[in-house]
Amino acid sequence: MKVAKALVLPVALLILWEVAMRMSGIQSDSLAPPSQIAVAFYNAMLDGTIPWRTAETLRAALTGLAIGAGCGLIVSILLGLIPPVARLMQFSIEVLRPVPAVALIPVAILTLGFGYAMEVSLVAFATFWPVLIYGHAAITNIEPQLLDVSRVLRLSGLGRVTKIVLPATLPRYFVAFRLATAVSLIVAVTVEIAANPLGIGYELMTASQSLHPDLMFALVLWIGLVGWGLNGALLFAQRRLFGPAGMAEIAR
Amino acid sequence: MSIAARGLWLLGSIGVTALLVLSWQLIANYGGIPPVFLPGPDRAWSALVAGFSGGELAGLTGATVERMIYGWVLASLAGIALGAVIGSSQVAREYVAPMLEIVRPVPVSAFMPVVMAFLGLTGTMVLVVIAIGSIWPVLLATVHGVSSVEPRLVEVSQSLRLSRFKTLWKIALPNAQADILAGMRIGLTVALILAVIGEMLTSENGLGWSILQAARAYRSADLFAGVIVLGVIGLVSNLALQSIERYVLRWKRR
Repeated sequence: MKVAKALVLPVALLILWEVAMRMSGIQSDSLAPPSQIAVAFYNAMLDGTIPWRTAETLRAALTGLAIGAGCGLIVSILLGLIPPVARLMQFSIEVLRPVPAVALIPVAILTLGFGYAMEVSLVAFATFWPVLIYGHAAITNIEPQLLDVSRVLRLSGLGRVTKIVLPATLPRYFVAFRLATAVSLIVAVTVEIAANPLGIGYELMTASQSLHPDLMFALVLWIGLVGWGLNGALLFAQRRLFGPAGMAEIAR
Repeated sequence: MSIAARGLWLLGSIGVTALLVLSWQLIANYGGIPPVFLPGPDRAWSALVAGFSGGELAGLTGATVERMIYGWVLASLAGIALGAVIGSSQVAREYVAPMLEIVRPVPVSAFMPVVMAFLGLTGTMVLVVIAIGSIWPVLLATVHGVSSVEPRLVEVSQSLRLSRFKTLWKIALPNAQADILAGMRIGLTVALILAVIGEMLTSENGLGWSILQAARAYRSADLFAGVIVLGVIGLVSNLALQSIERYVLRWKRR
């Protein structure tokens, strides 16, 4: 019942859209009826445009995510376990964090040129911050007794991280990682739309500029599906891996 | 921690930032990186000063900030109004809200080519995209805040026989205040990002366009000056909204 109600409006809008386009007989360079969008989607899937471009985007996004989230993880552990370092770095972090990643697009173009390297480094910059901030918060929220235990057991620094800190904070890190994944796709597509001749974003720009509204709408739909699928898969993994503990959402 | 200790730590962390800037200077001077790619902080600073005193940087900054604020105000007003309507009606929540969830995962920058197909490479296009993009955080937060009123408050409004509009105005919207402000803060960040990309694509006057030009012409000092200004805009707008949040929500703290 709930699903049926949820579907009423989108389906009605689609039908209205289709009927209006056919009745009026408009030949538009910026709008296409849903039936043509579906055909364009099918064709672009079949001739390999969508799979190929998606692979390019995901390659850049996930490489950048691995670098950014990895650095975020390491730095957040350092800051979390050595509070003086966190206090000393605070000002620098507060100053650097609000720089929008898109403002660095020209810097990346100038130093790295077009291609994967610039896109990967921008994604890495953007995904570094959420993992750092939420990871740091997770570590400072660890039960103090757990850290006492590690002291009593005389664990080495590495042992403390692998045996106490990471297991205690893993669910929260996973949530941060899920957020960072969404950010990575957004930044990758944005960089492609703004400048980089790669991936779905570039294909979308080309479709828009070469007046192919059917392909354009199909690609927007597809980008949404990819983002939705990535998030859904990670959400599923989160539930399976951590159970209720993993669902503790972090406050913004 | 005492205030004195906190002040000392703050001074220390500012000192670390100063050290980082110093090492940037050293790398630029002696690191063997051509100055075409990496200007030192001294050159970036003098480009910044020259740009604001008589140069065009002030005008560019004004254009970008104006665009960002216009789009954001538009989006916030529309988001709160739409969100209040959707959140306060059972029917709208069941029928309309799920569709919002379907559209949400689309990166907002993907709307840009679509709007471009309708409006071309114009300033209006950039403004529309900013408004469309930054409406989401506000809209979804308002729907959530308005629809999650405590049941007892709903009962109060019923026993007072408040009209639907009055319930919304006196109970649901104040209840949603914190959500709305948080949504608006995120919306403003989105607005800045979209303003920059929009300017890059359309060559509309603004910082986004000017830093791209600077990069193409290998004017790295101007480029870094522009990036610094954009960082400051991000920092200041975030801090401003945070203090507004704290001021408006002071009745919630006990």
